[in-house]
Amino acid sequence: MNTDFLPQLRTEWFGNIRGDILAGIVVALALIPEAIAFSIIAGVDPKIGLYASFSIAVITAIVGGRPGMISAATAATAVLMVTLVRDYGLEYLLAATVLAGLLQIGAGLLRLGYVMRFVSKSVMTGFVNALAILIFMAQLPELTNVTWVTYVMVAGGLAIIYLFPRITKAIPSPLVCIVVLTVISLFINADLRTVGDMGELPSTLPVFLIPDIPLNLETLMIILPYSAAVAVVGLLESLMTAQIVDDLTDTPSNKNRECIGQGIANTATGFIGGMAGCAMIGQSVINVKSGGRGRLSTFVAGVFLLFMIVVLSDIVSIIPMAALVAIMIMVSIGTFSWSSIKNLRDHPRSSSIVMLATVVTVVATHNLAIGVLIGVLLSGIFFAWKISQIFRVSSTLSQDSTHRTYNVEGQVFFASADDFTAAFNFKEALDKVTIDVSHAHIWDISSVAALDMVVLKFRREGAEVELIGLNEASETIVDKLAIHDKPGAFERLMGH
Amino acid sequence: MTHLIALIDGSSYSQSVRDLTCWVAERTEASVELMHVLGRRGVGSEPADLSGNLKLGARSALLQELADLDEQKAKLELKRGRLLLEEAKSGLEEAGLSSVTSKLRHGDLIDAIGEFEGDADLIIIGKRGEAADFAKLHLGSNLERVVRSATKPVLVASRAFKPINKFLIAFDGGESAMKAVRHIAGGKLFTGLPCVLLCVGKPTDSLQEKLDDAATILRKAGFDVDAGFEAGEPEDVIKNRIEADGIDLLIMGAYGHSRIRNLIIGSTTTEMVRSCHVPVMMFR
Repeated sequence: MNTDFLPQLRTEWFGNIRGDILAGIVVALALIPEAIAFSIIAGVDPKIGLYASFSIAVITAIVGGRPGMISAATAATAVLMVTLVRDYGLEYLLAATVLAGLLQIGAGLLRLGYVMRFVSKSVMTGFVNALAILIFMAQLPELTNVTWVTYVMVAGGLAIIYLFPRITKAIPSPLVCIVVLTVISLFINADLRTVGDMGELPSTLPVFLIPDIPLNLETLMIILPYSAAVAVVGLLESLMTAQIVDDLTDTPSNKNRECIGQGIANTATGFIGGMAGCAMIGQSVINVKSGGRGRLSTFVAGVFLLFMIVVLSDIVSIIPMAALVAIMIMVSIGTFSWSSIKNLRDHPRSSSIVMLATVVTVVATHNLAIGVLIGVLLSGIFFAWKISQIFRVSSTLSQDSTHRTYNVEGQVFFASADDFTAAFNFKEALDKVTIDVSHAHIWDISSVAALDMVVLKFRREGAEVELIGLNEASETIVDKLAIHDKPGAFERLMGH
Repeated sequence: MTHLIALIDGSSYSQSVRDLTCWVAERTEASVELMHVLGRRGVGSEPADLSGNLKLGARSALLQELADLDEQKAKLELKRGRLLLEEAKSGLEEAGLSSVTSKLRHGDLIDAIGEFEGDADLIIIGKRGEAADFAKLHLGSNLERVVRSATKPVLVASRAFKPINKFLIAFDGGESAMKAVRHIAGGKLFTGLPCVLLCVGKPTDSLQEKLDDAATILRKAGFDVDAGFEAGEPEDVIKNRIEADGIDLLIMGAYGHSRIRNLIIGSTTTEMVRSCHVPVMMFR
C-alpha cells in the first residue's frame, strides 16, 4: 500500500477537480442554514455551529478516511448537548467537544470501527428515522405561537425547494428559497424572526482558544457522559454515512482512519470555539448527487462556507428563520427512510421491532446513543432467540428397553439450555443412557451446567450415563473461538 | 517453462508490447498471458445535479442512477477489453506462438499483477498507457508503481518495436544490477547477442572488481562482452551510448531510492526510461 501513497493522494484530492469544486460550493450553501439551525438546537450562537462546520469539514477532508463525505456540525450531536449548554454553559460544551474528539481518536486507534458490525440494518434505519424526527421536532419552536405569515413563508419555501429544480438544476434550490424569502420578508415588513435574532454571527476568522473551565475531576465527570455520547453517536453516524458513500460511489473507505479523522476534527474544533459534529448523511448524498467525489469537495465546502459567512454576515443575519425551517424540513424528509414504513409489513417482525424501539427510545430520550444501544441489545436477543431454535434431541430405545440413546443436534447455549434439559425423559426407567452430543455445539457455561444437570438426574434415577462427543461439542466454548483459522475448522463446526 | 505476462490496453504502445512479447516468447519458448485490466471507474463525469435538495427516497434513487451509469460504462469497457485481448491474441498466434492465453480483470493494475506474477518470469508493459498525458512527456503513472511493486523483472516497451541485436547493461555495482547480470547469464533470452556492460562514473577499485566479476559471469555464459567505464551523468552517458552504438535494449536496476527522494530530486530510472527510445528491462 505504501508504494501507492502519492498517486492515491493525488487521485483523492485532484481526481475530479471541476466536479468537486462545484459540489463543494453547493454543499457549503446547504451547510450554512443547517449549521445555524443546529446551533439553535444546541442553544448556542450560530457562530459556534458555523465555525464548527468550517473546521470539521476542512479537517476531515485532510485526515478523514472517506473522500467525498461531508462532515460538519450535526443535529445528532447537537441534541445531545442541549442540557450541557443549558446547565453549565458554552465553555463546557467546548471542553466536551475536545474530550469527545479524544475519545474518538482512541476508538480509532483501538480499531473499534469493527464494532459497527453489531449494528444491524434495522438499527441503522431506526437511527436515521429517529434523526429525521429529531430534526423536524427541533423546528417546532419556530412553528408555534407565530403569525400566519410564517406558515405561508415556510410553505412557500418548501414549494421553491421541491419545485424549482424542475426549472433548472444548475442552481441549488435551497439557495433560491433563502434569497426569495429574504427579499419578500424585506418587502412585507412583517414581524418575522431572522437569523440575526438567534445570536451572534461570525465576523472574523476563528481563533485558537482554550475552553475556560476548571481543570479538575468534577469538570471531567460533568462532561464525560456528554462526550461519550457525542463520540459514540458521531462515530456511528460517520461510519454509517461512510458506508452510504461507499455504496453510492462503489469505492472503498478506511473506517478506522475515519474514526481518527473525526476525532482530530472534533478536538481541533473545540479549541477554535466550535461545537462537536460528525458526518452528515443528507449533505453527503447532496455532495455525491452534485458530482463531488474527492477530498477537494469537502475541503471546498468548508472553506467556501467560512468565506461566505465572514464576508456576508450582514446579509446572513437578515435571512428569515422561515427559510431555514423550510430547508430543515427538507433535510428531515430527505433523511427519513420512507421505504422503512412500507417495509414494516414485509420485514420480519423482530427487525421491525428493533427499528421501532430504536426510534421510540431516541425520540423519548433525545439521545441517539441510547436508542442505538437498545436497538443493538434487542437485535442480539432476537438473534439468540432465533438461533436457539436450531436445536433438536432425538432418541432411540434398545431392543430390551433398558438403554436409550439420546442424539443432540444444534446449538446449546443460555437461550436453549432449558429446552435442552426438557428434552430428556427422566420418568423412563433405564439402566443405561447414552447422550451423543457430537453433533451439537456447546457454546457457554449455561449449557455445560444444563448438561451436567441432565447427567446428574439420570444418575439419580439409577441409570448409568455415557457422554459421547463432548470434546468436539465443547470446542466452541473456548472463548478465543480461534478455530476458524485452523484447517478444516469450518467443517468441524458445521459437520462433526 | 518460461511464462510471460503482457499488459495491454488501447494505447499506441500496445502494438509494440505485442511485438516485444512475440520476440521474447520466440527466443525463450515462453507461454504468454495477455492481460488487460479495467481500472477503477472514472469519477465525476456524470451530469451533475446541483439542485442541492433531498427528495423522498433521494438516496436509493441516486444509487440507482449511479449504478445504471456505471453499468453502461462497464459493459462498454468489458466489450472493448475483450476485443483488445482477442485482437492481440490472434496477432500473437498468427506470429506463430502456440501458448497464448488472455485474462480480463477488474480493479487496480497493481493488484492484478500481484495476483498473477507468481507464475510469471517476466512482465511486459508499455511506457505509457491510455490515460497518460502525452504532451508532458510524462511516463504512465502506472509504470513506476508496477516496477516498484513487481517481484519479477519488468520489460518496458518503447513506442515502436525494432528487432533487438545488441543490448546494454547499465551497471552500478548494486544488488539489483548484479541480479540483472545473473539473470541474463542464466537465461536464454539474450543468448548470442553482443553485450555492452557500462559503468558510469569514476573507476574505483571495488567497482572495477564488481564490473570484472559481472563481465566474467556473462563471458562464462557465452556472451561477447564489451565492459568499461565512462565518466559523466548517467542519464546523458547512457543515452548517448545507446544512440552511438545502435543499442536496441537497455537493462538496469530500477528505483533504488525512496519515493520521497524521487519526489524532490527526481528519479534516475524514470528519466532513463523517458529519454531512451529503446525498450528497458528493469530489475529490483
